[in-house]
Amino acid sequence: MDRRAEREAVRRGRARRGAAIAAISTIAVLGGLTALLVTSPGWDEVQQRFFDPEAFSAIFPDVLEAFWLDIRIFMVVEVAVLVLGLIVALARTAKAPALFPLKILAIVYTDVFRGVPTILLIYLIGFGIPALALEGLPTSGIVLGGIALALSYGAYVAEVYRAGLRSIHPGQREAALSVGLTENQALRHVVLPQAVRRVGPPLLNDFIALQKDVALISILGVAGEAFRVAQIEAQSNFNYTPLLAAALLYLCITIPLARFLDWWDAPERARG
Amino acid sequence: MPFNRLFFVLCLIATLGLVAAGCGDDEESADSSDDSANVSVEDCTADSLETFEEGTLTIATDDPAFPPYFEDNDPTNGEGFESAVAYAIADELGFAEADVTWVVEPFNRSYAPGAKEYDFDVNQISITDKRAEAVDFSSPYYEAKQAVVALKDSPAADAATLANVADADIGVQIGTTSLDAVDTVIQPSADAQVFDTSNDVVSALKNEQVDAVVVDVPTAFFLTAVQVTEAEIVGQFAGPEGDEFGALLEKDSPLTDCVSAAIDSLRESGELAEIEEQWLSEATDAPILE
Repeated sequence: MDRRAEREAVRRGRARRGAAIAAISTIAVLGGLTALLVTSPGWDEVQQRFFDPEAFSAIFPDVLEAFWLDIRIFMVVEVAVLVLGLIVALARTAKAPALFPLKILAIVYTDVFRGVPTILLIYLIGFGIPALALEGLPTSGIVLGGIALALSYGAYVAEVYRAGLRSIHPGQREAALSVGLTENQALRHVVLPQAVRRVGPPLLNDFIALQKDVALISILGVAGEAFRVAQIEAQSNFNYTPLLAAALLYLCITIPLARFLDWWDAPERARG
Repeated sequence: MPFNRLFFVLCLIATLGLVAAGCGDDEESADSSDDSANVSVEDCTADSLETFEEGTLTIATDDPAFPPYFEDNDPTNGEGFESAVAYAIADELGFAEADVTWVVEPFNRSYAPGAKEYDFDVNQISITDKRAEAVDFSSPYYEAKQAVVALKDSPAADAATLANVADADIGVQIGTTSLDAVDTVIQPSADAQVFDTSNDVVSALKNEQVDAVVVDVPTAFFLTAVQVTEAEIVGQFAGPEGDEFGALLEKDSPLTDCVSAAIDSLRESGELAEIEEQWLSEATDAPILE
C-alpha cells in the first residue's frame, strides 16, 4: 500500500468517526430534550392543545388553500419593496445639490418607517386611510396592508441598498467617468450592478422576514388569509393546533429560502 | 456538504420526534363536568371553597371591558350585566363585595393550557362542546341572539330577511359565535372579514370597509347608541348553537360545580332575570330576521 492510499484511508476513517460522533451526540441531545418535554407534568395538556393530530388534519387543507393568498401578497409586495428601496437609497446617496430636499425626505422616511413597529403601521394605514373618507382611496385590507408592509420593508431595504452602494470603491466611479461615461451611466452600468450583487444575501434575509410578516395583515380582517383562517379555528375551538399548521407552511417557504441564502453566500465567505 | 447532511439528519430526527410525540398516548380524560346537578349552592361556602386565593374570589375579564356587560371599563363597580352577575355569584357563594378581586384575562389567553390565576372568567364567552374539551364552563347565565348592524344609508340597512344580507360584505369579531352564525345561518356570498377586536369591527363599519357587522344583540345596542350613531340594528336572529354565555374555569376546577349551582340558584330565584332586565332590557326589542 503506498503512502497516498494510506493517507486517504486515514482521512476516510476520521470522517466516518466524525460523522458517527455527530450523529450520536445529535440523537443524545434531541432525545434528551424530547424526553424532558414528554415527561414534563403538563405535557398531556400541551399535547392536546398544541399538537392535536385530529385538529391539525381537519384544518390543514383550508390553511393550505388560504396560504396561496399569502404567497401572492408576498410576491407583489416584494417587487414594490425592491423598487421603493432602490429609489430611496439612490435619493439618499445623491450628490447633486439640487436633490438635497429629496435626500432629506429619504432620510426622514427611513428613520420613521424603520422605527415604527410594523403592526402599528398596518393599523394606521389599514384603518386610518379609509377613515379619511376621500374618494378614490383604497379600502381593501389586502391593498392597504400590502402598502403598509411595502412602506415598512422599503425602509429596511433602502438601507441595505445604501450599504451596497457605499461599499463600492470610489475608484470604480472615477474610472468610469475617466473613460467618458456620464455620472448617470457610471451609476447604472458600473456602480449599481456591483452594489446589488454584493447585497443579495442581506436582501434575501429581509424577504424571509417579509414573507412571514404577511401574516400581520390578518389584523385588517383580510378574509381567507392563512394565519387568520388558522386563528379563527383556534379561537372557536380553544385549541392552538391550527396555528401550527400555518407555521408549518411559512417554514416550507422560509427554510428553502434560508438554505438558498447559505448556498448563495458561501463563495463570498470563502473569498473573504 | 457535510453540514447539509447533518442539517437533514437533524430535521429528520426532529420531525420523527414531533410525530411520535403528537401521536403518543391518547388517553381520553374522563368527562367530569356532568355531575353539577348533584351540588347544591348550600354546599358551597366561602370557607370550604378552594379558591385561587384563600378567602377571596378572584374573577377575571378582558381589558377594555365594554358596555352593556361592564360600565366605564371598571368591573369592580358592579355595574353592567356581567359585573352584576359576577357579584351575584359571589354573594351566592358567601363572598362579600370586599372579598372579590378582579384580574385582567385577555380572551386569547383564557384557553391556554396550565393553571389559571383566577377562579372564573366572565367575558361573553360562548359555551361549545369543542371548547369544553379545553376548559370548564359553568351553567349559562345568558343566551345571546345575534344582530345585524349596518349604516343607515347602506342598502343592507333595508334588509327584511337574512337572505337580503347575504350579498353584503360582513365584518365580525374573531373568537365569537357571531362568526359561526354568519357562516351557517347567513352564508354570505363573500367570506366574512374577521377582525381581532370589537373596536376593529367598529372601525371597519364606520370606514365603510364592510357593509354590515354581526355582533350579539346587547353589543349591537351599545354599538348603535354610542359608538357608531349613524348605524342601526337591521334585525336579530338566533345563532346555530344557541349562543349561551358561561363562566370559564380551569379544566376540572373544583369550583365549577359551585359556580354552576350559584347561577342555577340565581335563575330559579328570578334574580338573574332581574339583572338581565336592568342591564339588557333593550336587547329584546330588535326586529327578528328570518
